[in-house]
Amino acid sequence: MPTMTLAKALNAGLRKAMEEDPKVLMMGEDVGKLGGVFRVTDGLQKDFGEDRVIDTPLAESGILGTAIGLAMRGYRPICEIQFDGFVYPAYDQIVSQLAKMHYRSQGKIRLPVVVRIPFGGGIGAVEHHSESPEAYFAHTAGLKVVACSNPADGYTMIQQAIRSDDPIIFFEPKRRYWEKAEVAEAPDDDWYPLHRSRTVAAGTDCTVVAYGPMVKTALEAAAAAHGERSLEVIDLRTLSPLDLDPVYESVSRTHRLVVVHEAPGNLGLGSEIAARVTERCFYDLEAPVLRVAGYDTPYPPARLEEEYLPDLDRVLDAVDRSFAF
Amino acid sequence: MGEMADGELVQLLTPEGELTEHPEYALSLTSDEYRDLYRDLVMVRRIDAEATALQRQGELGIWASLLGQEAAQVGAGRAMRQQDMAFPTYREHGVGYCRGVDPLRALGLFRGVDLGAWDPREHNFHLYTIVIGAQCLHATGYAMGIARDGKVGGDDGEAVIAFLGDGATSQGDVNEAFIFASVFAAPVVFFCQNNQYAISEPLERQTRIPLYKRAAGFGFPGVRVDGNDVLATLAVTRKALDDARAGQGPTFIEAYTYRMGAHTTSDDPTRYRIASEVEAWKLKDPIARLKSFLIRHEHADPEFFAGVESEADELAAYVRSGCLAMPEPAHSTLFDHVYAEGSAEIDAQRASFTRYQASFADGGVR
Ligand SMILES: Cc1ncc(C[n+]2csc(CCOP(=O)(O)OP(=O)(O)O)c2C)c(N)n1
Ligand SMILES: [Mg+2]
Repeated sequence: MPTMTLAKALNAGLRKAMEEDPKVLMMGEDVGKLGGVFRVTDGLQKDFGEDRVIDTPLAESGILGTAIGLAMRGYRPICEIQFDGFVYPAYDQIVSQLAKMHYRSQGKIRLPVVVRIPFGGGIGAVEHHSESPEAYFAHTAGLKVVACSNPADGYTMIQQAIRSDDPIIFFEPKRRYWEKAEVAEAPDDDWYPLHRSRTVAAGTDCTVVAYGPMVKTALEAAAAAHGERSLEVIDLRTLSPLDLDPVYESVSRTHRLVVVHEAPGNLGLGSEIAARVTERCFYDLEAPVLRVAGYDTPYPPARLEEEYLPDLDRVLDAVDRSFAF
Repeated sequence: MGEMADGELVQLLTPEGELTEHPEYALSLTSDEYRDLYRDLVMVRRIDAEATALQRQGELGIWASLLGQEAAQVGAGRAMRQQDMAFPTYREHGVGYCRGVDPLRALGLFRGVDLGAWDPREHNFHLYTIVIGAQCLHATGYAMGIARDGKVGGDDGEAVIAFLGDGATSQGDVNEAFIFASVFAAPVVFFCQNNQYAISEPLERQTRIPLYKRAAGFGFPGVRVDGNDVLATLAVTRKALDDARAGQGPTFIEAYTYRMGAHTTSDDPTRYRIASEVEAWKLKDPIARLKSFLIRHEHADPEFFAGVESEADELAAYVRSGCLAMPEPAHSTLFDHVYAEGSAEIDAQRASFTRYQASFADGGVR
């Protein structure tokens, strides 16, 4: 397959999943004729019909709740939440219903629902359009949570998520929707497993863990540090369950770890990762695990988001602080 | 969208600019009052056009245009009394204008220098709400507070008006607001601008029956008014607010109108609606019909119209220069106002942020 944007790659992955399994449905606000506000579902309604690509009434709790019912009836709904900040009306359905049904029914009911959420900031949007709510979901047992960072992963991860029999919250880094990369068509057996993190840049001096939009930022930091310091960058990909074996292995060689995410630092993914790495790699560490994260404030107005969001400088500053320790 | 099928639309001024009568809603205004409404409509449209232009030029991140909905908003805004409280969505720039809110306040939100930040009590105009429908519950709770304060039924009665769109009527919050308002007979008016679309989704995606008919199921009156008719909207909203102040509980108003522009400046409506539909609605333009009426009945002369035009030009110039002159927020304000009582943790983050910024050669601090 050619070079394509993340939005296009997700679109291709959705299309493939819908071609392969007639039980797969797409539902959400403006996903049909408009093709979604980010055009991720562009053309799908035209090709699969209004019955399978469903413009829903404007109600997120309604979208999630009916998706659960459809899943009980044997369908595999993919719900699009238009922006991160609009998932909260559906929060009860996701946390109290979607997440717990398998446990409550002692495995008798499976809910293969995918909730796609464009997340993160950096696009100059008004409030509620730039949030990073992943920790709320990762904190909830029964949900699996993943974040793609690039077109190639977007293409395969969305298909794997749709095939999963567990409910999956699927985060898409909206500010990377328009970035292009090669997307290879490979046999399914060769696909990288969904719930595995991946080393995307090899290095020897300090490990940097990121996911979603921050993977690119971490890679840019590694490039900027090149010649001075060698940074190993790991794309987490799966936020729940976590796959930290590659991180432990990396830290055993680099002895330093910086975790980067846009979400506020307080009780974010970085906190859990720092705790686990400290438990597993205590004697390997030369410095405490450091976090580069959004501040513990509401997401600020657009003209302050550059200050709020972790960037290359803040990643390198953390690396410096790790070495200065 | 076709014509109304049921004929239950309250209209006092036809698209051709002729007065019509309605048994329940009489409105007789002086020439001055008619002219004032016309001026409002023109000013509101001009603010909107200027903001759209500013967005195109990169000065605003995004803008939600009210083009086509001026009469609905001016009618509702002018029906309010000073003491009444409004809970807007993100599109009620016209209501804000009627309340006396500086148009630059809304521009600040869309420019990205703040999140609204005006004092809702100054003009009894709450902050914009972007999360669809949430404000309807706030409005209802506020109205319940008014009732508890004994401010209904007397001469000093107060009422609340909640604005919402046609799409919003599907939200759980909105339906819960209807129930609370009904059960507690809250002095609140739900003013729904049915502009026929929720982004790309036409009304049929939200309802199978006319929206105003939903109110009956919740136990309060629902009225459909021609939202492009400022006179009818004014009359209907006045009555609903009067009823609320008098202690008769909520009313649902469906202002039947049309979103002439894109959903926001980020949207491309050619993907989901046809040009002829827009053309048909142009014939119902809210400003043109009032202008025809003013001219035909000699409520205004050419001098008046020229005066309004130059006033609008001045307002547009004010909006433009005010927008360009808006100060950038100082970086450390990012940490301000997170808590009413402050937080030592936030203070520490602010301090470390300031040190970090100062570590750059150029200072980096604004
Ligand atoms: C809870 C929530 N879900 C989704 C959105 C995204 N969104 C913004 S405006 C809009 C359509 C609103 O339609 P309507 O209520 O008819 O108001 P209009 O924009 O037409 O004035 C949507 C879906 C949102 N702001 N909030
Ligand atoms: Mg609408």
